Amino acid sequence: MTPLELTGSLGIVGYGLAAIGPGIGVGLIFGSVIQGTARQPEARGAMMGTAWIGFAVTEALAIIGIALAFVFGG
Amino acid sequence: MSGLLSGLVPLETGGFEAPGVHSFDVPPLFESVPWFDKYMLQAIVSVILILAFWLIMARKNAMVPSKSQYIGETAYFFVRNTIARDMIGHDFRKYLPLLIALFSFVLINNLWGVFPLTLLPTPAHVGWPYGLALLVWVIYNGVGISKHGFFGYLKSTSLPSGVPAFMWPLIIPLEFVSNIIVRPITLSLRLFANMFAGHLLVLVFVLGGEYLLLHSASIINKTAGVVSLIVSMAIFGLEIFVQSLQAFIFTVLTAQYISSAAAEEH
Repeated sequence: MTPLELTGSLGIVGYGLAAIGPGIGVGLIFGSVIQGTARQPEARGAMMGTAWIGFAVTEALAIIGIALAFVFGG
Repeated sequence: MSGLLSGLVPLETGGFEAPGVHSFDVPPLFESVPWFDKYMLQAIVSVILILAFWLIMARKNAMVPSKSQYIGETAYFFVRNTIARDMIGHDFRKYLPLLIALFSFVLINNLWGVFPLTLLPTPAHVGWPYGLALLVWVIYNGVGISKHGFFGYLKSTSLPSGVPAFMWPLIIPLEFVSNIIVRPITLSLRLFANMFAGHLLVLVFVLGGEYLLLHSASIINKTAGVVSLIVSMAIFGLEIFVQSLQAFIFTVLTAQYISSAAAEEH
């Protein structure tokens, strides 16, 4: 007998693991923007433009992850 | 062990139906019109509200603004300065109506998720973000093609300047897939996944709390149900924040994609 039997989709656990990387990545991106803004406030606009693109590309990994979690979980 | 667990985890012992994907299948409002469901009604009402808001705001413009004009101007300047001018640059005026319409539409439809009479964000049904992203995809590609010509746009979007020639076989497919295929998918799925997950979170707290409070005999479970219902109010606050943020991000990324499609080669 297993002491604690979990039922459900393993895909959700996989998605949780897959979200670690993009989480760190998005944190790094906006952390760097905050640092850059603190050092040179007038460059904020240019930095934010690049940051949004980088954020979108990084978060795409997490979004592909949630889509695949539903694909393989069902 | 199972007896102990069934005491500890009252939600799993039957009776409680956990919220899931099926919670988002709403029946049509009228049996005879299958496409007219709650999502459609919310979207139509939001369009009417947004039209009324901007028309009223644009009608009476005084040099010394009244309170209502001040609200409208603040909303307008937020999109104009923070999103359009910062992201697109000097040529932003052309795209301002699109960005304002997108921002208002996404924001109002997200906020239906916390509005007491509806409690269902429209983008939690994946068709709505798909439609919005398709619109954005057509527009930013159209902007690029009208600016650079068809092949010029393909070149500028899939080959960043300054890449050495031996990297081209690697860079060109990557950039093409990233800019043409992945962009609209992630744009729609980001909005959808945030609204979907947020609404699911609210459902878990509210339905779980209700079940613990009303359908459970143990006093511990009743206490947990009350705590869960109180915490659900904080979840609603988090949802308001996430919904506004997602409307902002959707508009910012639209502006960013338009700007990168229209960018001159450096």
